Amino acid sequence: MDDLLRDFLTETQESLAVLDTEVVALEQDPTNSAILQDIFRLMHTIKGTCGFLGLARLERVAHSAEGILAMIRDAEMTVSPAAVTEILQALDRIKWLLGRLEQNGQEPEGDDSDLLAALDRLKTGEAAPSIPPPVPQVPQDEPPQGPAQTAEIQAAEPPAVARVPVAANKESGEPPAREVRPGETANQAIRVSVDLLESLMTLVSELVLTRNQLIQMVRGKDSEFTAPVQRLSLITSDIQEGVMRTRMQPIGNAWATLPRLVRDLCQETGKKVDLQMSGSETDLDRQVLEMIKDPLTHMVRNAIDHGIEAPAQRLQTGKPETGLLSLTAFHEGGHILIRIADDGQGLMVDRIKARIMQQELATETELRAMAEPQILQYIFKPGFSTAERVTSVSGRGVGMDVVRTNIERIGGTIDFASTVGRGTTFTIKIPLTLAIVSALIIEAAGERFAVPQISVSELVRASPRSEQKVEWLNDAPVLRLRDRLLPLISLAHILHRDRGTDNGAPIASKASDDLFIVVCQVGAFTFGIIVDRVFDTEEIVVKPVAPMLKDIALFSGNTILGDGSVIMILDPNGIAAAASQMAISRSQNQDAAVGAPAPRAHDDRATFLIFRAGETDELKAVPLALVARLEEFNVGKIEHSHGKPVYQYRGHLMPLLPVRADHVWKNAGRQPVLVFVDGPRSMGLVVDEIVDIVEDRMQVELSADREGVLGTAIIRGKATDVIDVGYYLRLALADWFGPAGTPYGDNVPAHPRLLIVDDSAFFRNLITPQLVAEGWQVIVAKSADEALSLRDEGQMFDAVISDIEMPGMNGYEFARSVRQDGVWSTVPLIALSAHTAERDLARGRSAGFDDYVSKSDYGRVSIALQEAIKRKQAEGLGGVS
Amino acid sequence: MTERNALVATDAARPPAHGLEQEYVTMTVGGHWFGVPVLKVQDVLGHQRVAQVPLASPIISGSINLRGRIVTVIDLHRRLRLPPSDKPGMNVVVECKGELYSLMIDSVGEVTSLLMERFEPLPTTMDALWRSVADGVFRLDGSLLIILDIEKLLDGDAFASVHVT
Repeated sequence: MDDLLRDFLTETQESLAVLDTEVVALEQDPTNSAILQDIFRLMHTIKGTCGFLGLARLERVAHSAEGILAMIRDAEMTVSPAAVTEILQALDRIKWLLGRLEQNGQEPEGDDSDLLAALDRLKTGEAAPSIPPPVPQVPQDEPPQGPAQTAEIQAAEPPAVARVPVAANKESGEPPAREVRPGETANQAIRVSVDLLESLMTLVSELVLTRNQLIQMVRGKDSEFTAPVQRLSLITSDIQEGVMRTRMQPIGNAWATLPRLVRDLCQETGKKVDLQMSGSETDLDRQVLEMIKDPLTHMVRNAIDHGIEAPAQRLQTGKPETGLLSLTAFHEGGHILIRIADDGQGLMVDRIKARIMQQELATETELRAMAEPQILQYIFKPGFSTAERVTSVSGRGVGMDVVRTNIERIGGTIDFASTVGRGTTFTIKIPLTLAIVSALIIEAAGERFAVPQISVSELVRASPRSEQKVEWLNDAPVLRLRDRLLPLISLAHILHRDRGTDNGAPIASKASDDLFIVVCQVGAFTFGIIVDRVFDTEEIVVKPVAPMLKDIALFSGNTILGDGSVIMILDPNGIAAAASQMAISRSQNQDAAVGAPAPRAHDDRATFLIFRAGETDELKAVPLALVARLEEFNVGKIEHSHGKPVYQYRGHLMPLLPVRADHVWKNAGRQPVLVFVDGPRSMGLVVDEIVDIVEDRMQVELSADREGVLGTAIIRGKATDVIDVGYYLRLALADWFGPAGTPYGDNVPAHPRLLIVDDSAFFRNLITPQLVAEGWQVIVAKSADEALSLRDEGQMFDAVISDIEMPGMNGYEFARSVRQDGVWSTVPLIALSAHTAERDLARGRSAGFDDYVSKSDYGRVSIALQEAIKRKQAEGLGGVS
Repeated sequence: MTERNALVATDAARPPAHGLEQEYVTMTVGGHWFGVPVLKVQDVLGHQRVAQVPLASPIISGSINLRGRIVTVIDLHRRLRLPPSDKPGMNVVVECKGELYSLMIDSVGEVTSLLMERFEPLPTTMDALWRSVADGVFRLDGSLLIILDIEKLLDGDAFASVHVT
């Protein structure tokens, strides 16, 4: 019997058990529409599944019963005992048929005309008062339909009804074997709630910990406990494995939607693709399975849209017309490997390079210094896409970075190999389970930490006397490893545990000691973490960190070791990110030191996302930098809360807002949505169609008072409305910005220069278009240091807006040093901060700010600017352009 | 706390009405008495070895292992901006939004049942930080007992981590 049929039997027998009791409950409470709906739904499902599986007899019986239920539902028939009896009889017949089906793998011969006729008579109302007993003109093995049975049913107390037929069957001498049959499948597989499995898993995790503790206690001792502890250890491992297996599901479950997806994509793109899947029976943790579903879909989309060429192009290059897309999954050493391979055109380095430069992710000189694999890694950068134009398939610039984030979130890695003209192969390596991982225990700055084994590629011992020693490139430690230079990161340093110094130097003092270097690989970035000691590998139970520690990116969780101590689990991704940040700040410090000009000249260019919404032809634009993601939501999954549309997005309810109030919601299909994110809050802007992404000069003509429109810009020669994201954010999330901004005035200098100092790209991008639209020439600095280096270059501004909370020098310190000396000592200076308690305002004033604007009230910025400038001019001390 | 008997409604003629009386675990931090609703308290532990969490806010002392659960330890001295104590403190483990936290304090008093009529709102002149984490004050004979709001105590920007730059 195939799995499909087995599942069907299990499920249907469960449904029937429910139906038995519900039908009886309905008889007692005929007006209860909830019960009726339930019954109807269950019967409908049975009918539908039977039809799908080609079980004609079952389908006919279920169909007929459903017909009666429909009549009851539509109040065309009342719930009479006769009707209930007939429905129960139909249920019994379904059970009997299922029993035979289970026994033989197919429906038995014969028909159910007797039952169907009775049901039909009921429908036409003929048999309402007394049901004429169906004539048992059926073969020996047909189910009993005796009048006695019906009589009994009617006589019996309602709750007993469901059980009566079984008793009657036994009395009438039917072979009992048949009666137990239907239960068999149900007994082989039971449904257990996921919650129960999760709590079992938690308990097993605790058990593993206790076991580890015990092992530690008896280790090296000749104790009477040694043997029982060993036994306990074995049993624990078995239980762990068993429980873990209960959570396993074949990866095929995540693949089930792909053939359809591929078919649709082929239709859409006119390409021909042969999808081959192997290893779909490979089991993995359901939690992991959920997490990789979306990445897989994304990658299959990408492979077809970017990878595999159009048939004509394929024929030209001597390839078969039909492209091959293969998905393979298999186990390998505690991990699951999933390969997605296409025989398409491969990744084009030149196009990626061009795109990198276009996106200003790197300069040409930087690119020239990079090896090809390094350049290819840029496909994982947020916002990167080489698609020539935005299609509905992919190329929305939101693909691979999300894929990578999702995979890394579950402790997996993604890698790829690509040959131009031959195709691309992505390999995803993910752990079998998230709950228990193998980790290397290390020590740094007197504390122990766990590093997930999956990210560790090797361990190196460095000593000044050996060949492997730490060398210094300026402040950056490196290690020569097999003819390559491996960048090193001191764990103590990035954890701020190397007191007294603020650069990488402290390790130098340890130059005489032996150091251990844990070589990690994150994506294509290989680096070494310098630690003091390395202990052994342990199976650890990953526990999430407390909410108040969640924002420390260096830790992915914490755990309890065998000796009972609590240690933090390091997140190699976080360390890699911290390392690159460190490098940037180092280079900035150097720039500042040698007085090199900080190239931050704002050239007024911005990338816009062009979309259509509402009106037939009119294009609208939004600065792409403000858009966190582009999504297509399944319209069926859009829900309503307090009458407003919301969508379950990454574990949160996200409000959805149409660009136009008179938006007509689709009934089905997919809805393109622009997602805006700031901190924990997000909002989805519903548009009709995403048209393109273009880069152009930001020349926004300020608009007349049109709500939601910032102004009109000429983009690609066309007048395009630039929408005011803030307006929609305010509408969607009343708490996002507080009260609406005040309308702008016009009393600003002719072409004033404005410096905005803010580390948050979101806010920079939010206020820049508005201020540019008002005629300001906006220059941006990402940190106070960057701003001060502009000052030291002698650049002058008519006003400066600064954030308060910034990494490095904060806004207060910045204001003090601006006021203290230098050419900006009299410039109008405005603070922009999320914190606007009276205390903050006072502190801001004493530091030298002229005004203090709340980020929640960012619309007031222009007013504050005018006022500050006027005040300064009145004092005769205005900033100099 | 010796005041206990005076406060408990032992008067037989006036049976204690439900809701008029609340039970609190009392504790001292830097010479001040604080109370936490007894239902919020999971455990009282002696001095524990605390594993440090690098980069975390200084208010967070670290983590301890409470029978296989990892509990975040909050230094109440720092949280309430009181001078640090050099003596080994005690731990009161409380539950907040499904997570366990341990409050590191100087000593634990007894569980006390207090009449709500002795409960007073916070004086407006009280320190703003304390006002932001407390619910009210009980007038006891000889001392005042400040009732802490666990949710407020464990919430807010006070716990912002030291970011890597």
